[in-house]
Amino acid sequence: MPIKVRLQEEKFDPGNETSRFLDETTSDGAAVTFTGIVRSQKDKPVISMTLEHYPALAQSQLEGFALKAERRFGLSRVTIIHRHGKMFPGEPIVQVMTMSPHRHAAFEGARFIMDFLKTDAPFWKKEQTADGTRWVSARQEDDEARQRWKQP
Amino acid sequence: MKILYFAWLRERLNRGEEEVSPPPEVRTVNDLMDWMASNDEGFALAFARRSLIRGALDENIVDHDTPLEGAGTVAFFPPMTGG
Repeated sequence: MPIKVRLQEEKFDPGNETSRFLDETTSDGAAVTFTGIVRSQKDKPVISMTLEHYPALAQSQLEGFALKAERRFGLSRVTIIHRHGKMFPGEPIVQVMTMSPHRHAAFEGARFIMDFLKTDAPFWKKEQTADGTRWVSARQEDDEARQRWKQP
Repeated sequence: MKILYFAWLRERLNRGEEEVSPPPEVRTVNDLMDWMASNDEGFALAFARRSLIRGALDENIVDHDTPLEGAGTVAFFPPMTGG
């Protein structure tokens, strides 16, 4: 199956996931892997992060982005892994892997999927800091990044 | 019809889901928010800034003026912050 979307609570190993993804092909020349990581900040250290999600909608949205990217850029294969639940700084949250005969499609496809994922996949981050918990706000830059793909 | 709430909306309303039976004149997602707000002060406060609320009908993200058209599940949530 060329498109795989996996939602899970457990931590994953980005290297293992990449190796497995690369094992599945012999006819493509390019694979791109993006890994999103839980980030802390020097001035406001994050103790942990909890991701809430809407499972059915998250699954269908991510499958939709993968399918659109596959068609638009001519990808041969897409895998998206997204975690939910509690995680800690330095741990992977999301991994997007794209494969295509040549590099441009794989790079563009991974960017396209991530830009849509940031604004249109139903996940919500809540940070735990020494001062308490807070819901992370959506960023204007993310909306703009997604908007760019809508121009011809 | 079942309504689901997520993230800070769920926390502010103190519930993740509920069953409602809106009258027939409640036609769109916007109508549903108006109707809920008119019956429930907590809902009116949580939904005060409509531009911050996203809606989904039967697992499709939709605009606020979309007709409900017999949807079984409506979901309301704040802007998404995944990835």
